[in-house]
Amino acid sequence: MNIYVLLKRTFDTEEKIEIENGEIIDDGAEFIINPYDEYAVEEAIQIRDEHGGEVSVVTVGDEEAEKQLRTALAMGADQAYLIEDEDIENGDEYSTQELLKAFFAEKEYDLILGGNVAVDGGSGQIGPRLADQLDIVHVTSAVDITLEGNEAKVERDVEGDQEIISVSLPALITAQQGLNEPRYPSLPGIMKAKKKPLETLDLDDLDVDEEDAEGKTKTVERFLPPEKQAGRILEGEVEGQVQELVRLLKTDAKVL
Amino acid sequence: MNFELTQEQQLLKDMVRDFAQNEIAPKAREIDETGEFPIDTFKKMGELGLLGIPFSEEYGGSGGDTVSYSLAVEEIGRACGSTGLSYAAAVSLGASPLYYFGTEEQKQKYLVPLASGEALGSFGLTEPNAGSDAGGTQTKAVLDGDEYVINGEKCWITNAGFAKTVIVTAVTGKDARGKNIISAFIVPTDTPGFTINSNYDKMGVRGSNTSELILEDVRVPKENLLGDPEKGFKQFLYTLDGGRISIASLAVGIAQSAFDAALAYSKERKQFSQPISNFQAIQFKLADMSMEIELARNMVLKAAWLKDQGKKFTKEGAYAKLFASEMATRVCNQAIQIHGGYGYMKEYGVERMLRDAKLMEIGEGTSEIQRLVIARELGCGEKKKAKVNG
Repeated sequence: MNIYVLLKRTFDTEEKIEIENGEIIDDGAEFIINPYDEYAVEEAIQIRDEHGGEVSVVTVGDEEAEKQLRTALAMGADQAYLIEDEDIENGDEYSTQELLKAFFAEKEYDLILGGNVAVDGGSGQIGPRLADQLDIVHVTSAVDITLEGNEAKVERDVEGDQEIISVSLPALITAQQGLNEPRYPSLPGIMKAKKKPLETLDLDDLDVDEEDAEGKTKTVERFLPPEKQAGRILEGEVEGQVQELVRLLKTDAKVL
Repeated sequence: MNFELTQEQQLLKDMVRDFAQNEIAPKAREIDETGEFPIDTFKKMGELGLLGIPFSEEYGGSGGDTVSYSLAVEEIGRACGSTGLSYAAAVSLGASPLYYFGTEEQKQKYLVPLASGEALGSFGLTEPNAGSDAGGTQTKAVLDGDEYVINGEKCWITNAGFAKTVIVTAVTGKDARGKNIISAFIVPTDTPGFTINSNYDKMGVRGSNTSELILEDVRVPKENLLGDPEKGFKQFLYTLDGGRISIASLAVGIAQSAFDAALAYSKERKQFSQPISNFQAIQFKLADMSMEIELARNMVLKAAWLKDQGKKFTKEGAYAKLFASEMATRVCNQAIQIHGGYGYMKEYGVERMLRDAKLMEIGEGTSEIQRLVIARELGCGEKKKAKVNG
């Protein structure tokens, strides 16, 4: 079983985002494996341990992402690939899709796992986009995956309800919170990770032209959500409060 | 010069921080209140390989260095002082002497279970009448055939109540100058005549097990003698040098935790219509606290680095332990001050940190002993010593 995991290096969820001159400042920020991708890494390791095979983790990013790949190797993945995208101007989801498509063109895979969404950009597009390009089936938001022969039974989260889908392999499945409890990398795992293969690939290695992977979207503006205003507590008789609330929703908040 | 951690050290620090904040910190208040030793936490730490960081893989360890170990102690101490103390004692005092001085057979038999986290180790040095003056040890070991017979009492021994083996120091004779020869023995805790009581009611580190040992005609095979029989005293001085680095790391962790709480509180707490962090009185406290923590951390890591390079670190280890422990008490005290009345309440946790930090100035060599160690390294008092010995 060849299992690949798509992984992204993201801001630590506890970091406070700051914007200066339209750019996000990441000086001194802590970075982590995107939490949803961490579920995917854990699931891949569990599937490999049960069914055999190899787990490869793949990321598109800069050399800083090596740390997150090493963390995945320390958790138990077998090898890692870092696809450098620094030469691509205005990279977006399309660019990542093109690089991954070129990467997987050369690979044999039974299962590709990834996070449901990255906590930074939050687009949730990479999994489905890649599956489309590779012409394989995909299931998003998995909370349980069972493999039987050439089939995967996937329980997915549908806005609080559960849906069970059977797909044949190869397939791409994205992980939702609840799929598993990711392990801590053990210390022997950390020491071993250093010796595991980590290959860095650039555009030339993948035979991709810079222009062909250029982003399709344009960032017009970046801004933080407005600060939350202090709430107001209405007073008086319940009936009066309701009338006042309706009036405020109409005239102040203009949502009615 | 390079102040960057290696990738492995950074990964380890991240892992221990995640683990400590998720699994240890939520229990800190409870184990302080109940005094219950968090044995489950130690099982989990063993599975992650944390109990064997500085030992090589052939003995069940993880093959890490002292810097990695220091980072781990700091992160665990940041989550919980009690757990940090028991962790540091298990590795630095319980297991390290076996690693430094044990025979191959002793290492296989006694170190492997400790390094791999299957059991906890402990080190019995202090006695009711021999604390700072370890040379005044009264516990005696007498060779009888193929066995040593040990009699005596030890006090304030960390982890002994949960240990599989305790390394016990005892007097085995006198040298030519009439001074006690002190040797170390590996004593399994289930040996007949060996009584361990854990009845102390402590000010802080209440979740860490502290025990009294009573040895009445405890017989161990003579193969259980640890290291050179003549150099037992030197051996435990070396062990304590290493232990100081870990206590200093623990002090840094506790101080960091108190500082984090104080900084967060100062930004939230409003008086005179603004956060108290706007006031210089509070700002100056926070600036001093943050600076002192970083200075202590740098000293600790330097001492750890010297040890890893195989260089002498006695003086630097003492600097680190002395400065970090006294710093931790100051920082925790100021953290309470910044919290005001809330800081005096258990709910806010900072009063616990002050109680925990105070031990750092006492355990594994008091601050006064650290100053003596430093002064000795500076060459002070040598003349007098030569006269006495001459």
